Amino acid sequence: MSFAKSQYEGSKSTLCTGCGHDSVTQQIINACIQAKVNPYKVAKLSGIGCSSKTPAYFLSASHGFNTIHGRMSAVATGVHLANRDLTLIGVSGDGDTASIGLGSFSHLVRRNVPMVYIVENNGVYGLTKGQFSATSDLNSTTKSGDKNPFQGIDLCSLAIDLGATFVARSFSGDSKQLTPLISAALRHEGLAVLDVISPCITFANHEGSTKSYNSVKEHNIHLQEIGFVQPQAPLTADFEPGTTQEIHLHDGSTLLLKKIDGRTHDVKDRVNALKLLHDSRNKGEILTGLFVFDEESIPLAKKLNLSQKPLRDFTANELRPPKSDFERELIAFT
Amino acid sequence: MKTNDFSINIATVNGSGSQSANSILVKTLFRMGLPVAGKNLFPSNIQGLPTWFSIRANPFGFVSRSLEHDVVVTLNASTAVTDQKDLRSGGIFFYAQEINLSLDQIRKDIFSVAVPFKELSQQASESIKVRKLLANVVYVGILAEYLKIDMNILKAVVDDQFAHKGELVASNLKALEVGQNWARENMMNWPRNISTQVIANGNQGQLLIDGNTAAGMGLVDGGCTFASWYPITPSSSLMESTIRYADLWRRDANGSLKMGVVQAEDELAAISMVVGAGWAGARAATATSGPGLSLMSEAAGLAYFAEIPSVIWDVQRAGPSTGLPTRTLQGDIQSAAHLSHGDTEHVLLFPGSVSECFSFGQLSLDLAEMLQTLVIVLSDLDLGMNFHRAPLFEQNQTPLRRGKVLSTSDLDKLPLFARYSDPDGDGIGPRTLPGTEHEKAAYFTRGTGHDDFSRYTEDPAIFKKNLDRLKKKLHTARSFLPAPEIKTEPAAKIGIIYFGSTSSAIPELEFLIKGQQRAVSTLRLRSFPFHDEVEQFILAHTKVFVVEQNRDGQMRSLLGEAFPECANRLDSILSYDGWPVSAEQIFKDFKTREDFK
Repeated sequence: MSFAKSQYEGSKSTLCTGCGHDSVTQQIINACIQAKVNPYKVAKLSGIGCSSKTPAYFLSASHGFNTIHGRMSAVATGVHLANRDLTLIGVSGDGDTASIGLGSFSHLVRRNVPMVYIVENNGVYGLTKGQFSATSDLNSTTKSGDKNPFQGIDLCSLAIDLGATFVARSFSGDSKQLTPLISAALRHEGLAVLDVISPCITFANHEGSTKSYNSVKEHNIHLQEIGFVQPQAPLTADFEPGTTQEIHLHDGSTLLLKKIDGRTHDVKDRVNALKLLHDSRNKGEILTGLFVFDEESIPLAKKLNLSQKPLRDFTANELRPPKSDFERELIAFT
Repeated sequence: MKTNDFSINIATVNGSGSQSANSILVKTLFRMGLPVAGKNLFPSNIQGLPTWFSIRANPFGFVSRSLEHDVVVTLNASTAVTDQKDLRSGGIFFYAQEINLSLDQIRKDIFSVAVPFKELSQQASESIKVRKLLANVVYVGILAEYLKIDMNILKAVVDDQFAHKGELVASNLKALEVGQNWARENMMNWPRNISTQVIANGNQGQLLIDGNTAAGMGLVDGGCTFASWYPITPSSSLMESTIRYADLWRRDANGSLKMGVVQAEDELAAISMVVGAGWAGARAATATSGPGLSLMSEAAGLAYFAEIPSVIWDVQRAGPSTGLPTRTLQGDIQSAAHLSHGDTEHVLLFPGSVSECFSFGQLSLDLAEMLQTLVIVLSDLDLGMNFHRAPLFEQNQTPLRRGKVLSTSDLDKLPLFARYSDPDGDGIGPRTLPGTEHEKAAYFTRGTGHDDFSRYTEDPAIFKKNLDRLKKKLHTARSFLPAPEIKTEPAAKIGIIYFGSTSSAIPELEFLIKGQQRAVSTLRLRSFPFHDEVEQFILAHTKVFVVEQNRDGQMRSLLGEAFPECANRLDSILSYDGWPVSAEQIFKDFKTREDFK
């Protein structure tokens, strides 16, 4: 089956000009085209917020579900089990995931529902016009000058601590880093958490925002240099063996993680990932890259030993017990 | 001498093995062919607090709660005085000797028997641990002798009860024997005014079962393919039953399960998972009680407005708030009918028996998918967790009704697919499931305002049109909903409307009313929105009493809302102390009403 480019695209964005989310949307489209994703087998999900509007702007040929605030994770869990053949792409924001959805998100991680989970993280509530979110950094300010007295939640650390099998952070304007990560996430058999700093041009791009375009430019530190190799394609000259950790995805594609300067990190080392994240936060750095990857990832349907066939397709004969089995169970009550 | 006509109340301590003994007794009476029911009155606690079990037998099948008991057994020191309160004058009171009641702590107008339970259970077993549990079985032995219970049947029940733990059969039988022998030696002056007698084939073709178990069976047999839940009394056993039958009946040849089951982190997640699963084509349900229903409010609105098949079984308990977790009430009617903000209304089902707990399993799922909406089944603790008789369940023979789901060949034939259009005039649009491989299939589901194609819109005319179509949809839904059960008394000017677990009290109520030479018609509600027949019933009587188990007459309000013209004919008869409904109690209230006098 081949698809027209228009089937990977969506309707026109209604977001503010310069919004980081639109860059992420474009990269999702590109990654899906590159991966030759079958849009009919994708379900797009979101919560509520500016970022949650974006699934309408990509993959018009896919079913989408803009759910309720903070509940994308739970809805996704139901969708996955109802039809385990679907590829789930979820877009949420920092309010949706780190405030009202924090509990739900945490349990999604524990259950390892296979899904590309993108948090478009701008440290502000954009759609309700400028309040702090739970990922706003300590001492950052709103447009009107209020200072945040609370420590921000680091969704990556949280996910890692809860056992997530794929955790990365990136920046909406860094397609060289983000697009390969999305490509890998699409192929991961488990939950892939992508914490994407995606600046809010209207409410959090001022002096005092730590997730503004300027702030990211100044403080972004890449953990690795990232490349993505399609199945059966040769490795390019940029990535020589010895300098690079190779992540082999189940369809034969490869995510390459090249060391930068003295930085060494094994993405299998969860504890080191946490240390790096904590250290970078203390230094005021925005560390980006792939932090954790667990190839032993067991997605939820598998863990529950769910039938291979999508639940939607079972007939009455397959679901009802034979008469004799049924009557046998009634005997205990006679 | 009253034969097969008595009420027994047994007071024990929870966590002491009394549940096992209680079920042996009630099961034996059931197998002897007696019309019988058993009710638990248990505390919100795991171990150590008072718990009661009441059994009522009656030749006419009048087995709702009796206001007075004929026999009270108490092994519990802390309640030994108050337990006598509900014993009728001349009744018999068995209490554990070790409680050491003084003469002035015992009512003068009852017959009391101090039973050396501790010593007797020592005779029943060598093991100290086992003795504690057997004290309860000793009481069964005493009553078995006193009431002339059929010993062969009793022994067979014990055999079956411990079929998987053979070593317990012997010690239980010994405990029974010890109780019986003691009774035989001591009962010379006991009042002999109640007894049992086998009714051959009396319960042939019948079950004795609790509503939650029946519902679990019904959901699995009825094609439920997804269940998510959060444990809450008294609905946990409904989901546990669902899981048990799924395990028995839904295993593939290779052992994988043809059902998704998730114990969610809270009720917000449980209902959201149901909505996700229903959207993606599973037949999805959750079970909860009042506090959980409150949490499900927002998602209920999403299911209603975005038209997603989903089912909630609400096994109602006493609210408001945390309320009495182990007591029964029908207090969620109003909140369920309109669960969520905005103009929301849901299909409600009111099972009135364990049989309907079973059959509403498939029905609730069928309705959810046909109507593309949330269906809330309102059961309650009395129905869900107590033992009721019913005819043996029959598997549903009707196909699973999936509603208007478009296949790829359907889509080929359609010029356009508009999710929220109204092609058939019934308010129900066609839907496609994610994963359908067709260029016309996709659409974007949303809880925001939407047009026929599910595109975001703030257009006022479209928004209003959509709301009107939803209203129409629920109106036409009635043709799929179970109709009320009506019994018209030709001479009657008064009617009674009731629903749910109140049903078990109605036959006795009718009998008591007839005894006063009065006539009433009755109507049992089974669903909402209400059928036209309900309005016709109200109009056919000068006064209609809505009998319900809540303080505010919630069903009466709902009826008044639906039928404003006849609202002034409605009056309430209420029971809301948390105890299961009693026909005698309702009748007492009824007699005080002007229209009845």
